[in-house]
Amino acid sequence: MIIAEQKTLEEIKQIVAGYNKLLVVGCGTCVTVCFAGGEKEVGILASELRMARQMDGQQLETVERTIQRQCEWEFVDQLKDAIEDCDAILSMGCGVGVQGLAERFPTKVVLPALNTKGMALTVQEGLWAERCAGCGNCVLDKFGGVCPIARCSKSLQNGPCGGSVNGKCEIDPEIDCGWQLVYDRMKAINMLDKLYEVQEIKDWSTARDGGPRRINREDLRL
Amino acid sequence: MKAGSNLERVLEAGHFAVTAELGPPKSADAKVIHDKAETLKGNCDAVNITDNQTAMVRMSSIAAGTIALQHGLDPVIQMTCRDRNRICMQSDLLGAYALGVRNVLCLSGDHQRFGNHPQAKNVYDVDSMQLIRMVKNMRDEKKFQCGEAIKVEPRFFIGAAANPFADPFEFRPIRLGKKVAAGADFAQTQLVYNVEKFINFMEIVRKMGIHEKIYILPGVGPIKSGKAAEMMATTVPGLEVPDEIVQRMKKAEDPKAEGISICLEIIDRVRQIPGVAGIHIMAIEWEKAVPDIVQRAGLLPRPVIEVVEEPQEPPAQKPA
Ligand code: SF4
Ligand code: SF4
Repeated sequence: MIIAEQKTLEEIKQIVAGYNKLLVVGCGTCVTVCFAGGEKEVGILASELRMARQMDGQQLETVERTIQRQCEWEFVDQLKDAIEDCDAILSMGCGVGVQGLAERFPTKVVLPALNTKGMALTVQEGLWAERCAGCGNCVLDKFGGVCPIARCSKSLQNGPCGGSVNGKCEIDPEIDCGWQLVYDRMKAINMLDKLYEVQEIKDWSTARDGGPRRINREDLRL
Repeated sequence: MKAGSNLERVLEAGHFAVTAELGPPKSADAKVIHDKAETLKGNCDAVNITDNQTAMVRMSSIAAGTIALQHGLDPVIQMTCRDRNRICMQSDLLGAYALGVRNVLCLSGDHQRFGNHPQAKNVYDVDSMQLIRMVKNMRDEKKFQCGEAIKVEPRFFIGAAANPFADPFEFRPIRLGKKVAAGADFAQTQLVYNVEKFINFMEIVRKMGIHEKIYILPGVGPIKSGKAAEMMATTVPGLEVPDEIVQRMKKAEDPKAEGISICLEIIDRVRQIPGVAGIHIMAIEWEKAVPDIVQRAGLLPRPVIEVVEEPQEPPAQKPA
């Protein structure tokens, strides 16, 4: 799933300053699961913003809506009726959702309420951690199902750097060393010898470095 | 001879090599390099010029290396994977070679989180293993990473780092073996204070036969004070300073002298380990300690190796 975190109220207040009628839009998928931008968060944020505006002696009107996904036209289109008389849309979706709304409503101001972090796993309740960096050419088969691109702070592909200690990464004792995890997994599945091979330089052209990615399935297009 | 650097000649001739670290300044002051170079001259076979060590902006390692060259030193320029992509790395390697640099040490690099620009974007297009291979292919295959031919190839003596004190310990000799396979000619290690652990590491290295394919230079360095010893022991990931050494440093009446004594004891012990080809002295921001250490370790004078030119056609005999 995609994980995101709400910006500080202070920052959101500044972002919406000058707009008097806001459509606050939640998203019912990833950001609902990570408690950042679902229906409940929409309600809380909208009332916080109204209150803050009131404290400044001004008025803010909010319309609250949550759609199943902000990244699919089918759901985005459900907002059409609510758009007209709003000055701006405050999206509580991930970065993709914000842009989905902006593309669908080209004459409307669309503002982000969240900071999108990446693709992650719910490790346990309340803890999400990045697992994939979307490099566009998955090599998990070579690393026992642990991604060195996303989980090693230096995206090393040939083993741990000299800062790996007690299973933790040199940059932060809270962060697991991705390479210790690779090593442990490869050992557990009896494939340590695979790690003896020198991994050749990676082709990053399939990653963001090669420009914005897209997938075009002619067979599926209308 | 792969590159013909002084370091390579000394090692090839079977001498016990001494390299020392020369840290460029956090400024554009060339005098710092000139002074440090003069201090180190004659006391080592090559000087390692660090590359924005601990992710602090410092004078470029290649620029500082060029200044070291003017003093007759043989620079080992360090190159990390943190700040450059493959295009910039290869370009810098061509430039460094053109300026007379003949050794390069390939490193992952400390994460920018440790430095003075923690908000920087890092690169890591290539990792240290892949950098080693790239430098080797430029030298031996005369090819850029993309496969294109290089007309005049840069011929470097290729260094790698090894840290026997990081985890997982069992993987450390394997990783060094990989670096040999990738093309490393010599390796310099993290600072050795836990000699026992280094002995274990070398034992595995010898069992694997790695020491026969690469020159291994353990890192050694004098600690300046009890506080520094404590800091090193607790705050630097991948550096191990046993409590015994911390205590000795803290109790010492003259900590600097004690730091040098400990360093000399360690040199004495690592020298006896089979497979050790030399030492790498890292007297960080204390280059002045190096001449004393080298002299007291009995490693002076440094060998002077005659540069034997390739044999040429004998001149035509004059008729009698
Ligand atoms: S190798 Fe690439 S695609 Fe696979 S998990 Fe890692 S970043 Fe994602
Ligand atoms: S400590 Fe581990 S995760 Fe962190 S940069 Fe080094 S190898 Fe990567």
